[in-house]
Amino acid sequence: MLGKLTWNAIPFDQPIPLIASALVLVVLAGVAYIVLRRGWFPYLWREWITSVDHKRIGVMYVLLALVMMVRGFIDALMMRSQLALAADGAPGYLPPDHYNQIFSAHGTIMIFFVAMPFMIGLMNFAVPLQLGVRDVAFPTLNSVSLWLSAAGVLLVNVSLLVGEFAKTGWLAYPPLSELAFSPGVGVDYYLWSLQISGVGSLLTGINFTTTILKLRAPGMGYDRMPIFCWTALASNLLIVAAFPILTATYAMLLLDRYLGFHFFTNEAGGNAMMYVNLIWAWGHPEVYILILPAFGVFSEVIATFSGKPLFGYRSMIVATLAICMLSFMVWLHHFFTMGAGADVNAFFGIMTMIIAVPTGVKVFNWIFTLFGGRVRFTTPMLWSLGFICTFVIGGMTGVLMAIPPADFVLHNSLFLVAHFHNVIIGGVLFGAFAGYTYWFPKAFGFTLDERLGKASFWCWLVGFYLAFMPLYLLGLMGATRRMQHYDVPGWQPLMIAALAGALLIALGIFFTVLQLMVSIRTRDRRRDLTGDPWQGRTLEWSTASPPPAWNYSVLPRVEGADAYWGMKQAGRESRDAPADAEWEEIHLPRRTSVGVVLAFFAVVAGFALIWHIWWMAIVGGIGLIGTGIAHGWRTEHEEEIDAETIAETERARRRATT
Amino acid sequence: MALPLQSGDKAPGGGKRRGGVLMYLAGLVFAVVLTLASFWAADTHYVWQPAVPVLLAALAIGQMGVHVVFFFHISSGPDDTNNFLALAFGLFVVGLVVFGSMLIMSNLNANMMPMDRLMDMQR
Repeated sequence: MLGKLTWNAIPFDQPIPLIASALVLVVLAGVAYIVLRRGWFPYLWREWITSVDHKRIGVMYVLLALVMMVRGFIDALMMRSQLALAADGAPGYLPPDHYNQIFSAHGTIMIFFVAMPFMIGLMNFAVPLQLGVRDVAFPTLNSVSLWLSAAGVLLVNVSLLVGEFAKTGWLAYPPLSELAFSPGVGVDYYLWSLQISGVGSLLTGINFTTTILKLRAPGMGYDRMPIFCWTALASNLLIVAAFPILTATYAMLLLDRYLGFHFFTNEAGGNAMMYVNLIWAWGHPEVYILILPAFGVFSEVIATFSGKPLFGYRSMIVATLAICMLSFMVWLHHFFTMGAGADVNAFFGIMTMIIAVPTGVKVFNWIFTLFGGRVRFTTPMLWSLGFICTFVIGGMTGVLMAIPPADFVLHNSLFLVAHFHNVIIGGVLFGAFAGYTYWFPKAFGFTLDERLGKASFWCWLVGFYLAFMPLYLLGLMGATRRMQHYDVPGWQPLMIAALAGALLIALGIFFTVLQLMVSIRTRDRRRDLTGDPWQGRTLEWSTASPPPAWNYSVLPRVEGADAYWGMKQAGRESRDAPADAEWEEIHLPRRTSVGVVLAFFAVVAGFALIWHIWWMAIVGGIGLIGTGIAHGWRTEHEEEIDAETIAETERARRRATT
Repeated sequence: MALPLQSGDKAPGGGKRRGGVLMYLAGLVFAVVLTLASFWAADTHYVWQPAVPVLLAALAIGQMGVHVVFFFHISSGPDDTNNFLALAFGLFVVGLVVFGSMLIMSNLNANMMPMDRLMDMQR
């Protein structure tokens, strides 16, 4: 009846996951109680959960990412403290079995459920605004994407209490992840949660590629598009091209595990190396899927706070697209040591070094944008400056490891761990926080507290260096990744320094949470009435903060790059506003619950497949198909915002600004 | 929602369909002919045997071409730039991944012993 699911699935003998899950359940129950008690649920359901407004979907994505960042970071703290203790024969406090789950969960969560939703959230929020349009190309699909990602998140978190997570590392290489060596449900949790959220990512990619290619304000040619839209376009092209590889690879592993196929097994002609090859054919583009939008954020932030147009706009676009293409030609550098010959290794090593060239072009463009500018050191700007310094170091260690002989020494060492944290924290995460503080006033109508924002930045920056520079050293000394304990007493001081860095980062996260709370409390003192708190250059700053549901009462006419800056210069001040009587009604896509219902059935089906509860899997599958069909019967796709509402909104805005 | 469409591509359902029914029928005929030709080629004696896989591959590529032109209506015309570029990008990536994987895997197999044989040796 319940497949493999029994009471043994709950880890009663392990206090850490048990207490953690109890805490999560208490918090969830508390939130649910407050929401129901205060009668907020109808509002949440109507205005957020079933919303197809790209801005709200973006906000929910970012919220999801922030919550999961705390979860992933707790995993990181546990690993760092384990290694600070487990020196010279000491066992530490985490048994190997649990430790393996922690590092696998940390990697999986941070990439798939923090970095991806954060970047997709920023794109959701900013891209349609920057393009000067009212929504994405497929608003309903957008909601489906969000809720499928959330479904994946839910499954990963369920694994904490019910069953176990993968112990295979974040990419679940076979043969270890095959049934013979991982008979538990951990790998199944991993595979199904990523399959479900992967569908969401793919739909996002299709949606945003279409949006950017097809929906732009009148006059916004490709050579006038904000650079963030360009990087978002490149990133989404990569999603469309790369995620099917991931889905197919996982599907083959699932066939191996469920139906006795032999794609990647040791026996019967399977080849585990094919899995490694395919997963990195997705995995390398994936890192550019994450970093390219971050590059876009930095470009916007640096141009805005230097008070100058971006230096080398066209070279930036060329570099972005060059990275987009080259990112598909370097994937072997993740497995130089797997046995390819010198010729093949050399080819991929050289391609890897070449990809540093367009990235270098970008770095110089940012520096030249700063040069001679009137630089304002606001929080988003600090994140950007911290990024330039940190990312260059990470890039250089990357080029170092692109040399195959060097990689043979450093492969799977803590040097590698330090390298990719250097580019992912210094690049993607700093970009995410820069974008978060930059667009927050646009999303909510008030700015974030600068002092706490800066405190958070400094904690992250110093904490990052303190946590990961020792890992570079340890890697050179021979410490390997995924190591649960070590015999060299000399490593312990560096491990303790790394733990201190992680604790400093924890303080940074604390300041981020505090910043949000303080800013909400003091929001009346920090209202952004003009809609343009930073003296912005792109179209999103020409509408109100927060923008109305329809974004623009009149679609802006674009007459050059940095469209809004041009309007301000020409004294046209954004609004090609008609005389007061002439507002026209606007049609917006109607809200729909199809996304959240699909996600519900996806969780049901996923959970059932993980535990081999076949009847429940069939229910989930029928639910998924049935929901899709039922949605097809919907006849009302749009709702009308009447002219009077729009006129009233515009009048109110004008009263506020003058 | 009246949003401007860029670069001339038609919205779904909007504008006139290119070619109409005749185009689809022509596509159907080509597709059927190519399918039958593949079945014929699979066990014919009119072709030198080792060349049969190559012929099948050629017929398959022709089939894809028919689908792209007659059913997806992708042309090199000026109002099809986006679709054409998307197709080119797709082919580029598929080509890279397929040929890259073949190169990598054959290289690995040449350098490393296949797992089956390695396991046999350990017994």
